[in-house]
Amino acid sequence: MKTYSPTGILAARSGYRVNLVGLVSFFVVLFWALVALFAPYIAPHSVGEMIDLDYFGPMRPGLWLGSDYLGRDMLSRVIFGARYTVGISLAAVSIACFTGVVLGMTSAVLRGPVDMVVSRLLDALNSIPSKLFGLMVVAAVGSSIPVLILTLSVIYIPGAYRFSRALAVNIETMDFIMVARIRGEKLPYLIGSEILPNIIGPVLADLGLRFVFIVLLLSGLSFLGLGVQPPYADWGALVRENIGGLPFAAPAVIVPSLAIATLTISVNLLIDNLPQKIRDRSTS
Amino acid sequence: MTNLVEIRGLTVEATTDSGRWIQILKGIDLDIAAGETVAFIGESGSGKTTAAMTLLGYARPGCRISGGTVKVDGHDMVTLSEKERSALRGTTVAYVPQSAAAAFNPAATIMDQVIEVTRIHGLMPPDEARRRAVALFRALSLPDPDGIGDRYPHQVSGGQLQRLAAAMALIGDPKVVIFDEPTTALDVTTQVEVLRAFKAVTAQRRVACVYVSHDLAVVAQIADRIMVLRNGEVQETGSVHDILTRPTHPYTKELLHAFHPDAGGRTAAPVSDDSAPLLEINTLSAGYGPPQSNGQPLVLAVKGVSLQVKRGTNLGIIGESGCGKSTLARSIAGILPACKGDIQFNGKELWHSARQRSHDQLRDLQIVFQHADTALNPAKSIEDILGRPLTFYHGLRGRARDARVDALLDMVRLPRALRHRRPAELSGGQKQRVNFARALAAEPKLILCDEITSALDTVVAAAIIDLLKELQRELGLSYVFISHDLSVIEAICDEIIVMYRGQTVETIVPAARQQPQHPYSKLLFSSVPKLDPTWLDTLDLDPERMRVA
Repeated sequence: MKTYSPTGILAARSGYRVNLVGLVSFFVVLFWALVALFAPYIAPHSVGEMIDLDYFGPMRPGLWLGSDYLGRDMLSRVIFGARYTVGISLAAVSIACFTGVVLGMTSAVLRGPVDMVVSRLLDALNSIPSKLFGLMVVAAVGSSIPVLILTLSVIYIPGAYRFSRALAVNIETMDFIMVARIRGEKLPYLIGSEILPNIIGPVLADLGLRFVFIVLLLSGLSFLGLGVQPPYADWGALVRENIGGLPFAAPAVIVPSLAIATLTISVNLLIDNLPQKIRDRSTS
Repeated sequence: MTNLVEIRGLTVEATTDSGRWIQILKGIDLDIAAGETVAFIGESGSGKTTAAMTLLGYARPGCRISGGTVKVDGHDMVTLSEKERSALRGTTVAYVPQSAAAAFNPAATIMDQVIEVTRIHGLMPPDEARRRAVALFRALSLPDPDGIGDRYPHQVSGGQLQRLAAAMALIGDPKVVIFDEPTTALDVTTQVEVLRAFKAVTAQRRVACVYVSHDLAVVAQIADRIMVLRNGEVQETGSVHDILTRPTHPYTKELLHAFHPDAGGRTAAPVSDDSAPLLEINTLSAGYGPPQSNGQPLVLAVKGVSLQVKRGTNLGIIGESGCGKSTLARSIAGILPACKGDIQFNGKELWHSARQRSHDQLRDLQIVFQHADTALNPAKSIEDILGRPLTFYHGLRGRARDARVDALLDMVRLPRALRHRRPAELSGGQKQRVNFARALAAEPKLILCDEITSALDTVVAAAIIDLLKELQRELGLSYVFISHDLSVIEAICDEIIVMYRGQTVETIVPAARQQPQHPYSKLLFSSVPKLDPTWLDTLDLDPERMRVA
C-alpha cells in the first residue's frame, strides 16, 4: 500500500489514479504521434525544397526552426522525420513484442524440447551485438524501410521472449492452469485466455521500454548513414547531416536531438507513471 | 490487585486503497492475570491477530492503533516510543508466529537464533544463554536437546521447529507470550505433542499466554478463558467451561455447532449395491522424478493402492501430510500419470494421462483444488471462470450461458451480482464456492475434492460441507474427499480409507460404528482434538502406537 503525495494525484472519475508526471509525458507522446500522423497537413514546406539562401540559418519568422545545411526548412524536416522515427519504431516494436510474447508463452506452456530449441536459438541471436547485426544486414541487403523494420524487430525478439517466458513460467505453475489443462484446453486458449491477461501489465511496460531502445537504435543507424535514405530523413539522420552546424550553434542540429530526447524520455516516464489500475492488473 | 495485561477501549484503524480509515478493532477491553492463558478465537478477518499484536505495541503496515490503552506490566504499549517498545519486546512480551518455518533464517544455526534475544538485550553471557536454551529444549521435550541447537532449520521437522520458536520466545523470560495459531499448519498427530509441550512449559514458568486460534478444540485444551471475536468486536468472554457448555452469544453457538457436523444428514445411497462401481482402482502406483531401471519413478508416493467408489456414495481418504493422498487424487485425475495399475471409470478403462482421455471422460471426472486463491484465474471475472466449462463442454453461448451461470451461482448459494467480480474481491469461502461451481458446470459424475475445506474457518467449512451434501442429493454426484480433518470426512463420507506412507492401511465404514483396528489409524483418530478441556491431559498415546508414527 503506497501512499502518494496528494499534489501529484489527479483523482480521475474513472477510478484510475493518474499521476501528474504521467499526464504530462502522455501529452508529449500524444503530440509526437499526432505530428507523425498529420505531417503532410501541418508541414509548411515539402521535405526537399530549398527555401533559404543561407545554410544553418537561425530561427526567424517563416523559418521557425532555422534552416539545414542545404537551406531547407528545418521545421518541415523534423515534422516529416517524426513519421519515420515513430512509424518504423512502432512497427518494429509491434512485430518484436508480438512474436516474442507468443513464443515465450508457448515455451512456458509446452516446456520440454520446444522450450529448449526456441530458447537456445533466441539466446544465440541475443549474443550478437545489436548495432553490429544491424550494420551487417543493411550492408548485405541494402537499406529500405521494410528491411529496417524487420531487422530492428529481429534484434528485439529475444528480449521480449525472455521477459514474457519468465513471467509466464510463474503463472503456468498456478492451479488454474492445471484446471484448464485437465479440462482439455488447447494451447491457443491456454496462452491467450489464461496466461496473457495475467502478464499483460508488465508486457505493456516492456513494450514501451523496447520502443525506446528501437528509437535509439534506429537513430544510431541513421546517424551512421545506414537508416532512412535522403532526401527523406528520420531524426537520427537529421542530426547526422547537420552535424557540421555544431560550431555555429545551429538549431538544425539541436532540434532533432531534442525531439529524440523528448520522445524517449516521455515514453519512459509514461510507462513508470501509468494510471494505477492498469499497472496493477497483474497483481490485483 | 492489578492485572499483568489491561486493555481498555482499544481501537485499531486500517487504511483502504482510497485512503479512507476504517475501524477494524472497535473498542476491546481485556484483563489477563499473571500465569493465565486467554485464547482469542474467531474467523479470519475477525481481528484476533491484530488484537494480539497490540500487546507488542505493533500494528501492521497500513494500520494504526487509534485509541485506548494497552497496559502490559504497567507500561502502556500505545504511548511508548518505538525504542522503549523494542526494549520490552522479547523480555516482557514475546511472540510465537504461525509458521515457524518462515520465521527462522535458513542460513543460521538454530542455537544462534534462539539466543539472539539475549544478545540484543544484553541479558546474559552467551554461554549461560546456551545453557538456558538447552534447558528449554529439554522442557519442551525436543529430541537430542544438547545437539539440536547446532542444526539448521531445514534439518528439523515442522513440529520441532514450532517448539523451537517457542523456546526462542521464552528465553528472555517474558511475562506474556503471544501464540499466533502455532499449530494450525501441523498434522493432528504432531499437534498433540506440540500442545503438550507448550502447556507444560508455560504452566511451569507461570507465563501469561495469549493464544490466537480458530480451532475451538485446540483452545479448549490450553486456555483458561476464551474471548470470541467477530468483526473487530468482542462477542463473548468467559471461562473455557462456560463457553463450551453455556454459550450465550449466537455466534459462539454457531462456532460450537460447526464443530459437530451432523453425519445423520446424509441419506443412504440411492443406488443398490449390485451396480458396477463408478470408479475402481487396482494396485495404482505413482510417484515423482525420472523413471528408474525398473520402470518406477525415483520417489514412489503412492504404492499399489486399490479402491472403489459406488455411484452416489462418497469415499474419504485421510492421512497426514506426505502420505500420498494428494498424489493419489492427481493420478486419478490424470495430472500425474500413474506408473502402474489401472483405473476403471464408469465401466471403461481410463488412460493414465489426462491428455489421452476423451472429452466426455474429462468432463465426467472433475477435480477441485485446495487453494481457491490459485485455482481461480485472478485476471478473469467469475462469469468467465464459470462460463468457460459451459462453452467448452456443452457449447453454451450468449443468453443460455448467462442463464446457466446464474443457475450455478444459485446452486452454490452465491448472490448473482458476484458474476462481474474478480476472485480477489471475494472472501475465502466465496472463492471456494466458485471453485466448486466450476466443477459442477461440467456436470460431472465424480468430483475429487482435494482438501477443499482445510484453508477455511470452521464455520465456513461446515457451510461448504452442508452445501456438498445438498448438491449430492439433488444431482446424484459422487465425491472422493481428501482431507486430514477427520470430523469433515466423517460428516460426509460413506467409507473412509486411511493412508499411511503411500499405502492404504485400513478401510472404515463410519455408519457401521466401526472402530479403527490398525495402530496408525488408532493414533490418527485419537489425536483429533475434542472439545472436552480434559482431553489432552487424559489422552493416552500408548507407546506401541507412537512407534508406528
